[in-house]
Amino acid sequence: MSTPDTRAETDSLHSRGSAVLRPGWGYASVTDKIANIVLTDRFGWRWWTAFLFASAGVFALLLAITWLLVKGIGIWGVDIPVAWGYAIGNFVWWIGIGHAGTFISAVLLLLRQKWRTSINRFAEAMTLFAAGIAGLFPILHLGRPWFFYWLVPYPNVMNVWPQWRSPLVWDFFAIATYLTVSLLFWYVGLIPDLATLRDRAGQRGERKSQVTYGLLALGWRGEARHWARYEWAYLLLAGLATPLVVSVHTIVSLDFAVGNTPGYHSTIFPPYFVAGALFSGFAMVLTLAIPLRHAFGLQDFITGRHLANAAKVLLATSWLVSYGYMAEMFTAFYSGDVYERYMTVNRFAGPYGPVYWAMLTCNVLVPQLFWFRRVRHSVALLFVLSLVINCGMWMERFLIVVTSLHRDYLPSAWGMFYPTRWDWITLFGSIALFVWLFLLFVRFLPSISIAEMRELVRESAQGEA
Amino acid sequence: MNAPRIYGLLAEFPSAEALCAAARHVRARGWTRVEAYSPFPIDGLGEIIGAEKGWIAPLTLLGGILGGAGTYFLQWYAAVVDYPINIGGRPLNSWPAFIPATFEITILGAALAATVAMLALNGLPRLYHPLFEVEEFELASRNRFFLCLPARDPVFAPGPARDLLAELHPLLLREVPA
Repeated sequence: MSTPDTRAETDSLHSRGSAVLRPGWGYASVTDKIANIVLTDRFGWRWWTAFLFASAGVFALLLAITWLLVKGIGIWGVDIPVAWGYAIGNFVWWIGIGHAGTFISAVLLLLRQKWRTSINRFAEAMTLFAAGIAGLFPILHLGRPWFFYWLVPYPNVMNVWPQWRSPLVWDFFAIATYLTVSLLFWYVGLIPDLATLRDRAGQRGERKSQVTYGLLALGWRGEARHWARYEWAYLLLAGLATPLVVSVHTIVSLDFAVGNTPGYHSTIFPPYFVAGALFSGFAMVLTLAIPLRHAFGLQDFITGRHLANAAKVLLATSWLVSYGYMAEMFTAFYSGDVYERYMTVNRFAGPYGPVYWAMLTCNVLVPQLFWFRRVRHSVALLFVLSLVINCGMWMERFLIVVTSLHRDYLPSAWGMFYPTRWDWITLFGSIALFVWLFLLFVRFLPSISIAEMRELVRESAQGEA
Repeated sequence: MNAPRIYGLLAEFPSAEALCAAARHVRARGWTRVEAYSPFPIDGLGEIIGAEKGWIAPLTLLGGILGGAGTYFLQWYAAVVDYPINIGGRPLNSWPAFIPATFEITILGAALAATVAMLALNGLPRLYHPLFEVEEFELASRNRFFLCLPARDPVFAPGPARDLLAELHPLLLREVPA
C-alpha cells in the first residue's frame, strides 16, 4: 500500500484527518492512489483466481439460459400451482439489492452526508449490475423470451397494445427507467474521473488507455462554467433518482399486491418492499466494500466509519422489515379471513416453515448484534453478517413468491415447489455474473469518485469534514 | 497583428484559493470571458467568472412534462381510441392504472433532458481543444488550477494580458496556440 507521505510532496494542502478520510492526503495523492488501481497496479493472482471462478459461473449461467431457450421453462421447478418460482424470487432479490446504490448516491447527496463520497461510485456500479441481472429474470420467465419486446408500446402489425392496467407492464416501465437513469447518474458522475484517467494515461505515455478514456470523457476539461452546469445537472439527477428509487420497488410489490392471492393482497407491500430493498442493498454494499478496501488498500478512504454507518442503516432497515413481518401477521389474523390466516399459519408450520424461521433469524434476530459498537467496528464480523442478511433476504423473496401460491383457496389445487438443478445453476450463475461484472469494473474504472475525493480533501484541510 | 494566432494565455496556480483570487483580480480589470479550470468544482468560482445558471433546470422540467404527457397520451390513445376493450366494466380511460408508466417516463424524460442539456450547453462532447496542446494542462484533472485569458475576449492584447497574469505570480505562464 502506498502511504500518502511518499507521494504528497507535490500537494500544497493535506487532509487533517476525520472519521471519513484519514490525514495526510492531498489532491495529487488521492488522485494517483485511485487512478493507479486502474492504470498501473498489476491484476495479481487473487484477481485472476476470482475472475476464473466467476467466468466459470457465467459460463454455467449461459449454459442454463441456452437449455432454457431450447426446452422451455419446464426445466425449472415451476408448475401449477406454483408458477412463479426462483426466477421471480431472484428478480425481486436482485432489484432490491440494486436499490442501495442509488439511495446512497442520491438521497445521501441531498442530505449532504460526507460518508457518501467514497462509497457512492462502486455502490452505483452495484446498482447497475444488480438491476440489469434482475431485468433478465422476468424476460427468461416469459416462456418465449424472444418476444419480450412485445412489452414495448410500438405500432405493430398485430394491432395490439400492452395491457396498461397490468402491473407487469408497469414493471417493465419501472425497470427500464431505473436502469437508464442509474446508468446516466453513474456515467455523469464518471465523466470528470474519466478525464483524470485520460490525462494520467497521457502523462505515462499509454496511448491506448488515453484514447479509450479520452473518448469516454467526452473532452471534459473542468472549466468553471462546465462545473457549474455539471453540479446543477447532478443535483437534479439526484432529486429525480430519489422518488424513482421508491417507485421502482413499489411497482415491483404491486406485481404481487394487485393479485388477490392470500399473502399477496396487502397494502403493506410497497413500503415493506422498499425497506427490504434498502436492507438487502446495504448488506451487499458491505459485502463488496470490505473485500474492495482490503484488496486495494483503500482503508484510508473507506474507513471504519463508513462500515459502521452502513451497519446502522442495516439495523434501522431491519426494524422496518420486522415491522412489515408483524403487520402481515397482524393483518392476517385481524382480518378474520380464513385464507389469510391459513397462509400465515402455513408459513409458520407448513412445509416451508424451516425457511421461514431461518429467514426471521437472519433478518430480525441477527441484525440486533449491530446494537453493539464492537460488532459495528469489527470488519470480519460485518462481512459475515452482511452475507447472512443477503441469504435472509433471498429467503424472504422466495417465501413471498412460493408460500402464497402453493396453498391458496382450493385444497384440491395445492402443490409443492421443488427447485431443480437448473434453478440452482441459474441462481448461482447470476451471482457469478454479478461478481464477474464487478471484478471487471474495479480494474477498468475508478471504484471511488476521484473528483469528489479531491473535494473532500479540501473540506478536510479546511476542517469542514 | 503579425503574431501567430493564439487561443489565449494560460496561467497555472497551486491552490483553489489562488485561482479564485486570480479570477477575481482579472474580472475586476474588465475581462468577461475568463476561463478557470479546476480538478473539482469550487464553490463560488462560477459566480466570480460570471457563469450563468442557464437553461438546465427549465429544460429538465420540459423533459419531464413531455415524457409524462406523452406517456399518458399514449396510454389514453391505445386504451380509448385505438383498441378499446371493456374489462369488467372499468372505464376505458382508467387513469389510476395509467399513473405508474406516466410517472416513470416523467422521471426518464427529465433525467435524459438534464444530462443532454448539461452536455450540450457545455459544448461536449468535444474531443479536441487547443488547451490539450499544453502539456502541463494535464494536471488540471489532478492537483493544479488554471486560469486562461482567451484571445476572443474583447479586452485581449498579448502584452498587457501577459503582464496581468505575471502580476499574479503563477507557477507557470504559457501561450496556447489556436
